[in-house]
Amino acid sequence: MIGLAVIFGFGCLALALLLNLWRLLRGPTIGDRIAALDTMVINAIAAIVLFGIWQGDDLYFEAAMLLAMVGFVGTVAYCKFVLRGDIVE
Amino acid sequence: MMADISLSEIAVSALIVIGSAFALIGSWGLVRLPTLMERLHGPTKATTLGLGCMLIGSVLFFQLQRGIWSSHELLITMFLFITAPISANLIAKVHLHRLRTAAGEEDGPAGVPPPPPQGGDWATYEEPQAGPARTG
Repeated sequence: MIGLAVIFGFGCLALALLLNLWRLLRGPTIGDRIAALDTMVINAIAAIVLFGIWQGDDLYFEAAMLLAMVGFVGTVAYCKFVLRGDIVE
Repeated sequence: MMADISLSEIAVSALIVIGSAFALIGSWGLVRLPTLMERLHGPTKATTLGLGCMLIGSVLFFQLQRGIWSSHELLITMFLFITAPISANLIAKVHLHRLRTAAGEEDGPAGVPPPPPQGGDWATYEEPQAGPARTG
């Protein structure tokens, strides 16, 4: 039963990533692209967690944690660059 | 037939299904809604809630099925719940500045955000205040 739920989850996440990719390519403004990238990172974290459940291995949460941190720093860096023209002032 | 499915399995499966459905709804909102201010609602609320659901399902799975108590998921949940509003705030700031520099480019149903009620302007438009003098 968990196997079926995981397969359903992977399907939903794949569809969600495709929708995010559409928004990333379409735009129209740079804020949309930053939001789409941020959402893609969150969906990738969800996919890693789901893969960890599927494999029954809790090693994957280190990767999810790292991706959460790097994704947040990346979003902030993009926004700061667009707002100020510089990342670290 | 259904009796050999334990309650923990049902709970974990339900949390996984609900979480992934919320992630999908958030991305659908990102595609469907008309302007960036509205589009931000989908990823910041629905997707974060979906991931939180999935992480709770993962905690339950490792606790009930494997007998491992893993608290990494709670760390990820806390980190995401702290950082999601901050990144949404920064993206909204990018949108506000873009609206002011490229006037009249994008007017959705909500339109341009009104000025704050106390007069003045949004803080992100104001001049940076003088901080303490930097040394070195």
